[in-house]
Amino acid sequence: MSELLIKNAVVCDPIQGIDCEKMDLCIRDGKIVESVSSNAKVIDAEGRLTMAGGFDGHTHSAGKINVGRSMNPNDARRNLVPGLSGLEPHTEKTRAQVGYNTPNTYAIGYRYAKLGYTTICEAAMPPLTARHTHEEFKEIPILDKMGLTLFGSNWQVMEYIRDKEPEKLAAYIAWGLKASRGYGIKIVNAGGGEAWGWGKNVSGLYDPVPNFDVTPAEILLGLGEANEKLCLPHSVHVHCNNLGHPGNYKTTIETMKLFEKVQSRRNRQSLHVTHVQFNAYAGTSWRDFETGAPMIADYVNGVNHLTFDLGQLIFGPAVTMTADGPVEYANSRMLKEKWSNQDVELEDASGVVPLVYSPKSFVNAVQWAIGIELALLVKDPWKVMFTTDSPNGGSFVNYPEAYTYLMSEKKRQEIILGFPETALNRMVLPGLDRELSFYELAIMTRSIQSRIYSRPEKGNLAVGADADIAIYDIFPDAIDPSVEHEKVKKAFSATAYTIKGGTIVVKDGNIENTPMGRTYWVNATVPSDIECAMQKDLDVKFQKYYTVSKSNYMVEDAYVPKPVEIATEGF
Amino acid sequence: MPVIKDVVCSLCGCLCDDITVTVEDNKIMGVKNACILGHSKTVGVQTHDRIKTPMIRKDGELVEVTYEEAIDAAARILANSRRTLSYGWCSTSCEAISKAIQLAEETGSVIDSTANVCHGPSALATQEKGNPGATLGEIKNRSDLIIFWGCNPIHAHPRHMTRYSSFSRGFFTPNGRKDRKMVVIDVRKTDTAKRADKYIEIEQGSDLLLVTALRSAINGHEAAIPKNVAGVSKAEILGLAELMKNSRFVSILFGMGITQSRSKYKNGDAVSSLISDLTQHTKAIMMGMRGHYNVSGFGEVATWETGYPMAIDFSKGYPYYNPGETGANDVLVREEVDAAIVGAADPGAHFPQKAVRHLARIPLIQIDPYPNPTTELADVVIPAAVVGIEVEGTAYRMDAIPIRMKKLIATEFKTDEEILKDLIVKVRELKRGEVTCQSY
Repeated sequence: MSELLIKNAVVCDPIQGIDCEKMDLCIRDGKIVESVSSNAKVIDAEGRLTMAGGFDGHTHSAGKINVGRSMNPNDARRNLVPGLSGLEPHTEKTRAQVGYNTPNTYAIGYRYAKLGYTTICEAAMPPLTARHTHEEFKEIPILDKMGLTLFGSNWQVMEYIRDKEPEKLAAYIAWGLKASRGYGIKIVNAGGGEAWGWGKNVSGLYDPVPNFDVTPAEILLGLGEANEKLCLPHSVHVHCNNLGHPGNYKTTIETMKLFEKVQSRRNRQSLHVTHVQFNAYAGTSWRDFETGAPMIADYVNGVNHLTFDLGQLIFGPAVTMTADGPVEYANSRMLKEKWSNQDVELEDASGVVPLVYSPKSFVNAVQWAIGIELALLVKDPWKVMFTTDSPNGGSFVNYPEAYTYLMSEKKRQEIILGFPETALNRMVLPGLDRELSFYELAIMTRSIQSRIYSRPEKGNLAVGADADIAIYDIFPDAIDPSVEHEKVKKAFSATAYTIKGGTIVVKDGNIENTPMGRTYWVNATVPSDIECAMQKDLDVKFQKYYTVSKSNYMVEDAYVPKPVEIATEGF
Repeated sequence: MPVIKDVVCSLCGCLCDDITVTVEDNKIMGVKNACILGHSKTVGVQTHDRIKTPMIRKDGELVEVTYEEAIDAAARILANSRRTLSYGWCSTSCEAISKAIQLAEETGSVIDSTANVCHGPSALATQEKGNPGATLGEIKNRSDLIIFWGCNPIHAHPRHMTRYSSFSRGFFTPNGRKDRKMVVIDVRKTDTAKRADKYIEIEQGSDLLLVTALRSAINGHEAAIPKNVAGVSKAEILGLAELMKNSRFVSILFGMGITQSRSKYKNGDAVSSLISDLTQHTKAIMMGMRGHYNVSGFGEVATWETGYPMAIDFSKGYPYYNPGETGANDVLVREEVDAAIVGAADPGAHFPQKAVRHLARIPLIQIDPYPNPTTELADVVIPAAVVGIEVEGTAYRMDAIPIRMKKLIATEFKTDEEILKDLIVKVRELKRGEVTCQSY
């Protein structure tokens, strides 16, 4: 029995409605408990800000990030955020670290932990390559992980939707999650991945997917309904069509409206729209490009069926990586950048392109503003998840920097001063004076994740929750984040303590322990007759079209050494 | 008689996973579906000579010892070395590769894979220009134009054409070979070329010129193309460019004929640019025809663990990478390393003479199931189980698809992974007085 007592913590836990109140936290065997014995090890937080461990609900940290690494050996040497990037030799406790946008696996674990994060969700995993994602998960220390499985351009999915067989569709999704050890349904540019198989794309929600006689709207709705039929813990997680195109805010709102008719069967959203910054563009071309954030925020403020994340931009080098194959090819041609592509048979596409975001570029400046505008214009923080879509908008090591954008108008104005004149009248950010509190920041970085992923043991410090805790070197009563943004950034960059499952993993910004994290996956139950009928269809796919046998497709137990199986019964 | 289905063949980068193996009394009695190479490897586990026991060279002769003695001797070599080369690891599992990397990190060694002498330049090309590729099933289901460039799959990857490319039947190619055009570009008319619709004979070492001419044609700059490029007429170049543009899905599959000939990585760089240009007109992908069954796996594991795919130098405590300086042959030819550990590879047979001469001079540890010319040079020889037959584990196919290889029969040999774990513990013990192996 291991016990820990954290005394004098100033706790910010929005799930419990606790807003910077001084209290003690008791921990036994990795969980928060009511009380501990006098033998408990004691940490005196001395009034420091204490939150549940951060939970990055949309990051690219395993799988195709390896393509990003293989294209950018230069990234391994970059040290843009000292202490959280670049080269670090191995020590008695840690493996060697390299990188900035595409750090090696060990660096990912250590650096997230230093930021006070204890859980991450890899947001795109084709089932055929899921084994690779799990192989990288095994080598990311400390963090708990989950992966979202790609289904948006999957042949079996599109055929069941076209043939109006929703039960078999749900059975296939359940099987696909089991095969990939995935946590939920990810849709990227619905139907676009298949069109990209022929070098084409779909232009909107009602453009038919070549050869499959379905539209993106039908795919989105079909998967949204299957998700609810299976009662999955997370809603569908959608990367909208037309990402990166001026004028795409209309497609984004259309997609959001589509889900008004999908009834959630759990106490969570029926739709999560991801990295909306890339999908909140107004104008008709890059010439008259401007923010579409106010239109999106207006819609989101009036509904309750969805959540979204930001995809906040960070100036400097980034590596874009997405299952949206056509957008990556377009990026590479437009920016004259190197390009990798990996279409996955019967399942989806993907691409990787490195680029640099510059405050001197009016397009990049407006993109930067749009992310912050979305966070500030949407009134209810319980609808907003903070992300940079790492490393698409920028590396996760910049999170503390990005928090200051949300918490300090002064900081924003300092940055905006460096923008070209052309950028300023394309954005609404200079007129926004809202500044987020620690409470609102905690919602966006851990509490909303607990709700939208239906993980009551994560993202909060209630009795029964996992003892994943971040203690920051901030004294909430004695700091004004709106002006002392550098102090805020410094404190969020290296925790005083990060505790993972009751074990101290970071102390004073240094790695102390490197336990192996857990992997969450969903095992959804479907009736056996439907499962059997679906398997017959699937057998044909494997016999005729896949290049891997069905029996060699399922991710084996060996790849998930600390599994947490989430069983659902939805049918 | 027990029959094991869907066995993964651990011979080449195709990793065919539809092999059927019959086992009786822990012996392989039959192998179905495998090509001649895969068949030979699988049945060979009990017919080919094995290294029967660990050995240490004493007075010039290899003398049989226990695993413990061999691991102790190997660990002493590593602990006493100022700069070790760790080489090979492409015919073993990713799990073993991961441990080989950890051992290299702990001992401040240089670690490199057999890509050093095959598709290493393809990795460099990816760093220069990216790698627009796809999985093999995309070729099977969609590709109506397949170009084999500088490779001879009939001999090197015998089932590639039937299982994944030219002859395979897919969703949009139901008639197999009839639905596809097949082009071979090579310096000689190989057996693969004999089966092509079009064979283009190219002058040795002039691949970059031909790729550049094709790019000119595809981008509408015909006037820039001379009458003859790389021994190929302008008319033929324009014809091939038209064929590419008018196909629905073009696959360029390339081998060591262009990675190890003149211009090296610039060839792959140019092919990547060609794919990008071609995608303005149609769909196109490229893929390296990887040789060893898990050479892709080494690149994948090394990249996620160290940031680099090969030629990694840990002497500074963190990974440093500069192929040409930190490659296996670089450090051997410069006589820079004072010890070497070789796993699942045979530099004794494949490296240049000067490199082999240095290998012979320094303490050399070999981990392998089979004796080979490297064994003749080795000072400590540690036999290992055969991955994919005697031990399970992960391998990455040439298209970066990971597959779990099966264990078919039991063995008393230690696995590569176990040997490497033992070495890590022993080296720590020698260097720091520690015996525990921390899990990361």
